[in-house]
Amino acid sequence: MTERLLLCAIALAAVSGMPGVALGRKSMAGQWIAAVLAIVGSGLGLAGLVFFWMFDDSQPVVIPWHLPGAEFNVAIDGLSAVFLVPIFVVTMMGQVYGLAYWKQTDYPQNGRKLRFFYGLMTAGMALLVVARNGILFLFGWEMMAISAFFLVATEDEKPDVREAGWIYLVATHTATLGLIALFGLLHAASGSYTLAPLAEGSISPAMATSLFALALFGFGLKAGLMPLHVWLPGAHSNAPSHVSATMSGVIIKMGIYGLFRTLSLLPTPPIEWGVVIMTLGAISGVLGMAFALGQHDLKRLLAYCSIENIGIILLGLGLAVIGRSQGRADLVVLGVSGSLLHVWNHAFFKSLLFLSAGSVIHATHTREIDSMGGLAKAMPWTALAFVVGSVAICGLPPLNGFVSELMIYLGMVDLLQGSSAAFGGGALAAAALALIGTLAVACFVKAYGAVFLGVARSQSARQAHESGLPMLLALGVLSACCFAIALGPLALAPIFDRAVAVWAPDLPEAAPRLVTLAPLNWVTLMGGVLIAALIAGRLLLGALLRHNGSTRSVTWGCGYSAATPRVQYTSSSFAQMLVALFSWALRPQVERPKNLPLFPRAARFHSEVGDVVLDEAVLPSFSFAGWLFSRFRVFQQGNIQTYLLYIFIALIALLLWR
Amino acid sequence: MFQIFDVLIIVAVALNFVALGVSRIRGVINAVALQGVLLGFFPLFIHSNLELRGFVLMAVAVILKGRFIPAFLLEAIREADIRHEVQPIVSFISSLLLGALGTALALVFSSTLPLTSEHTSLLLVPASFSTVWTGFLMLTTRRKAIMQVLGFLILENGILLFGLLLLEAMPFLVEAGVLLDLFTGVFVMGIIITSVASSPRSAPTTCRS
Repeated sequence: MTERLLLCAIALAAVSGMPGVALGRKSMAGQWIAAVLAIVGSGLGLAGLVFFWMFDDSQPVVIPWHLPGAEFNVAIDGLSAVFLVPIFVVTMMGQVYGLAYWKQTDYPQNGRKLRFFYGLMTAGMALLVVARNGILFLFGWEMMAISAFFLVATEDEKPDVREAGWIYLVATHTATLGLIALFGLLHAASGSYTLAPLAEGSISPAMATSLFALALFGFGLKAGLMPLHVWLPGAHSNAPSHVSATMSGVIIKMGIYGLFRTLSLLPTPPIEWGVVIMTLGAISGVLGMAFALGQHDLKRLLAYCSIENIGIILLGLGLAVIGRSQGRADLVVLGVSGSLLHVWNHAFFKSLLFLSAGSVIHATHTREIDSMGGLAKAMPWTALAFVVGSVAICGLPPLNGFVSELMIYLGMVDLLQGSSAAFGGGALAAAALALIGTLAVACFVKAYGAVFLGVARSQSARQAHESGLPMLLALGVLSACCFAIALGPLALAPIFDRAVAVWAPDLPEAAPRLVTLAPLNWVTLMGGVLIAALIAGRLLLGALLRHNGSTRSVTWGCGYSAATPRVQYTSSSFAQMLVALFSWALRPQVERPKNLPLFPRAARFHSEVGDVVLDEAVLPSFSFAGWLFSRFRVFQQGNIQTYLLYIFIALIALLLWR
Repeated sequence: MFQIFDVLIIVAVALNFVALGVSRIRGVINAVALQGVLLGFFPLFIHSNLELRGFVLMAVAVILKGRFIPAFLLEAIREADIRHEVQPIVSFISSLLLGALGTALALVFSSTLPLTSEHTSLLLVPASFSTVWTGFLMLTTRRKAIMQVLGFLILENGILLFGLLLLEAMPFLVEAGVLLDLFTGVFVMGIIITSVASSPRSAPTTCRS
């Protein structure tokens, strides 16, 4: 039943954009059809998941396929189910949001293309998560990756968008190359493309390490792991916001899913793998947030935060790998649960943030944080949604980010108590996680403060207005998801216990459950009290202000006679100290006036944080490769006789080789 | 029987050298056509019990290669006003020497191949390699486009010679495949040659000179 429902959901998602293609350029009908199909499809998918969780209902669908090695083999298990939730919820909200955000009547030239590929991308993601055959997995993977390319390049008339699209395409194909090698090697090791756990001792340690390295490269590239993240900021910031939300909330999680799945297939890992994953996670987390602090583009800032959250997820995964290698069930349970819950949390609060950012951009027509300001007054609901997302992403109670980070913290504390070699690593990782949290708070205080508080810094910000109902609805549902996870983690514990059982099949039957390891009931209680206190405080404050008869005035008015928006903190001035602290990694480009005279004239200040890896490693290496290949032009002269000679030489060489 | 067949094979290989050594395009066309006709009759010698289908295919191959393709190519020369010199990149003597070298190597090479006992005594395999080699030589060392067509024809003849070994196993597939290939290839290239030549403003190409 579950698999049938899921296949229906996948089919509906895949076709959701197609009726619109046949309809007119200015017709809204296609958009509504797409939204309804997406809602029905996601609803069916979620119903299937509920079936699975409640009745343990699973009947794999296996259909032979004439492609060599391939098989249409679809099945659900605890791990797949966890990843399907964000796919269905976020894409459904994305379609609803798009109804107002990317109206067909406003974008007749690319609206239909966008919805066509949005549906295909959703279907590809859902397919790859339930695929139990390597080739079917790659089919789903490519469906997702190629559709995402067209989505990033929705506004392909803009040069920036095209460049981001190309970088994304190169990156995603490099990742696919790694995955083809991975599945090829897996086939060599196990003799089939079926994704089933390998028996203990059936492959050599060298083979296992190669498989792990390929998975880390291929899936890490998609997930946006720190040195491999180069495609991510450009792609996320240049896509339409609901696409950015899906990419950041769900697509990069497919990389995480791949890592989880591959590790679940391999035999017990050595401890070094866990250490590698944790180190990469810590680097991604800390530097991702540092880069985010330096950004002036709201969506780029959010994109770098995705890298940071991938870092947190990997810290959890690394913890679980260490636990599995040392036979420590508590670490496995806390690591996997924390990591997977953070996958959910990030999917919800990051798409919430991207959609709120989209709402802001929709109203102000700019992505520059320093052109916004004071929007909380004009767009109260968007501002509220952004606050919810920000508190959640900073891992602060009473929201959901806190719950998953708490689990990972608890695991790290457990690691400290053990006598294993990773003792010091646990301490460092906990410190890294704490640093990530601190930087996140700084970053979102900056973002929220500069965008929503103070007074408007530009004319377009002054004329901003609240967004339409479908957009607010999507924001509301995602906020509700954040609250629901924060207040009811106890109810979700069995879901994650199932995922743990799939990921670590060698775990003993009597292994501790999540409920016994994390004080989830206390989380609920504390969250509830905090929320109640916040509401009470707000009401009290409102009553007090009314009672005192205070009047509304300009923010930061402070009695100046000629206040100007330019006295406010800008995004770069707010983050200046932290950016300077991390300048060894961020390499900010600052252009400032030198040697100011006693009575300075008008001067100019400009600061910018580019992507160090992209600008200083990847692009130079590409241009070097371009130069190198231009040397080969000697062989290409446009003479057909010469080309035939090459073929002949190649033929002879092949004959001689054997 | 087999002595006559060997002689015919040697004639077919000798025609390779004619095609390499002749300086007039018309001569090359004639040599290639003659080789094609000769090859067309080879099934008679190899397979004692040919069915009707085999005869039909044979007849089609002979008519196509002996009559239709040469006529078509001559027509193309006339239409496109191509001059009659072959214009080789490598001189005729060198081409002939290279051809001889290739034939010698083909003999050595085919003796190392794991062939079935009934095929080892035949000259068919070395002749096939030698013809393929000649085709390549023609393709790479001749400047004019029409000579490329002829090079392809010789190449196909070489492949056909090899295919004769398999004729019993899958006669229709091999023959039909080769014929179809040949026909389309010649047809397309003929059209290109004529149309390039008939548009005077296009950049001068090697087919016209």
